Amino acid sequence: MKEEKHVLSLLVDNEPGVLSRISGLFSGRGYNIESLCVAETTEPNISRLTIVTKANQPLVEQVKKQLNKLINVLKVYELTGQKFVQREMALIKVNAKPDNRAEILRIVDIFRCKVVDVGKEHYTLEITGDEGKLAAIMSLLRPIGIKEIARTGAIALFREPKNGN
Amino acid sequence: MELTGAQILMKVLKDEGVDTIFGYPGGAVIDIYDELAKTDIRHVLVRHEQGAVHAADGYARAKGRTGVCLATSGPGATNTVTGIASAYLDSIPVVIITGQVPTHLIGNDAFQEVDIVGITRPCTKHNFLVQRTEDLARIIKEAFYIAQSGRPGPVLVDIPKDVGNTKIDFEMPTDVNLRSYNPTYNPNPRQLKKVLKLIEESERPMIFAGGGVILSKGSEELTKFARRAQIPVTTSLMGLGAFPGSDPLWLGMIGMHGTYRANICTGACDLMISVGVRFDDRVTGKTDSFASQAKIVHIDIDPTSIRKNIPVTTPVVGDCRKTLENLNALLDETDLGDLQQKRKKWLDQIVDWRSKRPLDYEQDEDVIKPQYVVEKLYELTKGEAIITTEVGQNQMWAAQYYHFESPNHFITSGGLGCMGFGLPAAIGAQMACPDKLVVDIAGDGSIQMNSQELMTAVQNCLPIKVVILNNGYLGMVRQWQELFYDKRYSCTCMDHAPDFVKLAEAYGAVGLRATKPEEVRSVLKEGLFSPETVIMDFRVAKEESVYPMVPAGAPITEMLLV
Ligand SMILES: Cc1ncc(C[n+]2csc(CCOP(=O)(O)OP(=O)(O)O)c2C)c(N)n1
Ligand SMILES: [Mg+2]
Repeated sequence: MKEEKHVLSLLVDNEPGVLSRISGLFSGRGYNIESLCVAETTEPNISRLTIVTKANQPLVEQVKKQLNKLINVLKVYELTGQKFVQREMALIKVNAKPDNRAEILRIVDIFRCKVVDVGKEHYTLEITGDEGKLAAIMSLLRPIGIKEIARTGAIALFREPKNGN
Repeated sequence: MELTGAQILMKVLKDEGVDTIFGYPGGAVIDIYDELAKTDIRHVLVRHEQGAVHAADGYARAKGRTGVCLATSGPGATNTVTGIASAYLDSIPVVIITGQVPTHLIGNDAFQEVDIVGITRPCTKHNFLVQRTEDLARIIKEAFYIAQSGRPGPVLVDIPKDVGNTKIDFEMPTDVNLRSYNPTYNPNPRQLKKVLKLIEESERPMIFAGGGVILSKGSEELTKFARRAQIPVTTSLMGLGAFPGSDPLWLGMIGMHGTYRANICTGACDLMISVGVRFDDRVTGKTDSFASQAKIVHIDIDPTSIRKNIPVTTPVVGDCRKTLENLNALLDETDLGDLQQKRKKWLDQIVDWRSKRPLDYEQDEDVIKPQYVVEKLYELTKGEAIITTEVGQNQMWAAQYYHFESPNHFITSGGLGCMGFGLPAAIGAQMACPDKLVVDIAGDGSIQMNSQELMTAVQNCLPIKVVILNNGYLGMVRQWQELFYDKRYSCTCMDHAPDFVKLAEAYGAVGLRATKPEEVRSVLKEGLFSPETVIMDFRVAKEESVYPMVPAGAPITEMLLV
């Protein structure tokens, strides 16, 4: 059966050890984690976790059931297959020698990202977008020379139904 | 009322109806032990913390309620891990209380500090580190609630020393409120209608029941259901006793060492109604060919069990007993027609399989056959004893040749297959049921893993009986070596063993031995009817193997037979 990416969004108790219960479940049962993001919600005792996992359909069903079974997990939503927005942020430190600075700034402009730090030889760019956008900018920056990169992994929410729909 | 954490712990344990704790003291739990001595809770001092958890497990299974054990921090806590894993894999409700170093030392590699919550995370249903005395009562209540509700399991509570000796104003929490934990007990009626329809359409139905039926106290409903719908029943190892072994509809156990007719039935049935099982690989063999002609109904309280290993036609999430109750009610309203007539061909076929290939072994005039010992034990105890087992051939022969009539009488480490389980589990079962005869069917290898618990049994005047099927081998591994490794018996010969009769005597128990078939009955009689702790050492055929056997990973219809 085909393995596909699934975006899961979890509401969990915001208390020590919860993250290790979740990551331990994935490692112990041999499930895959592509990325995992976690932070507090508007309710301080609840955190939202976004997990991207690669699995075939029966396996992702099992993953969701196993997550639901954890006492500290309040809700498990699967976003994949529904309407949702997904964003990821990256900080990219790129070689910025005098001859390629103009090109970098052109790319920054096209992708609507920001230069957040300027050094003698490097610019650090901040970019937000979906996976495709991040992949696109990286493929343009790679020939110029990416020195370092830090990515957040995906966060996501359901889209609200539009009026009249 | 101002109370210390340790005093609060006692109050809550009493409130939960705890009457027995299996444990072992140490520095981190000294305050708890100080308070424990002031209560009327019985404390059974084991000789190793692994024994405490197995004993609490045996207690839980024999009594049908949560077992409790107590250990100190560090080595005390790590010694509990094997016991916890065994209870976890068999879904047994046990609450494990461990001491921890004081909160201000946690993380400092303090003396006898281990992160037991981290260590046991994957083998507990849930676990807690209590960080404030204010949280203690609520957490203990939650621990019991989680352990015994839904699909049961072990829950560990780690209590730092200062949490135990800090005084706070105490009030008993009223009820447990866990916003994210709500097991589904009531099955969906629409699914039940589908099950009924499948039963009506089916020509060759069978029931496959497991430990979930026993845990939900659903054996009576199961028996009623099977008899009413005239459907033959097999069980997993964990399900033995859920259906009476003397009933004509009984097929015997399924799986790697299941009966010929149960396994063949699985291949031939067109409907398998499975309840409270999890399709372990020791049951299914090769999954692709498991019950390949059948529609499968799967009833279980744990949704993760459903469709984990086996595709299912009709899933039913719910408590086994509740679900069977509802199915029985539906059956009462349904006209299934002339079932005797309808099932005749199928049931006759099963009788035929049974008579062609019954469970069998070759008798020997000079050498005791291990199966013979279990048969005699069954006869002499009229099938009424609580049987615990060690692991290996002894366990399988116990499962095959002792025919269980009722639930909570067969106590074995099924999922973990943990050698050393049977003796401490027998101690727990005997504490739970003082008037019952409790017998540990043991192997010569396994009994050496927790034989120190003989002292616990003798100290507490527990008249448990240990029947050692002494073959001088780690027999089950030897059997695999014989069958699949050209008889290369690498490290499975156990001819260096203690003299078990003297060992018994050293602990103040009674030791008996039989070396010839004609001695079996008299030794059993003497041992079983003695009021003391007894070890019976049966010198059995050394290279006897357990049959039928399905080689690991083969279809379960392909059995090696005697
Ligand atoms: C703690 C533990 N270690 C190792 C094993 C692997 N094992 C399974 S059966 C077995 C042999 C048990 O020997 P014995 O108790 O003499 O029983 P027999 O099979 O001879 O009846 C072993 C070593 C196990 N199940 N548990
Ligand atoms: Mg042996």
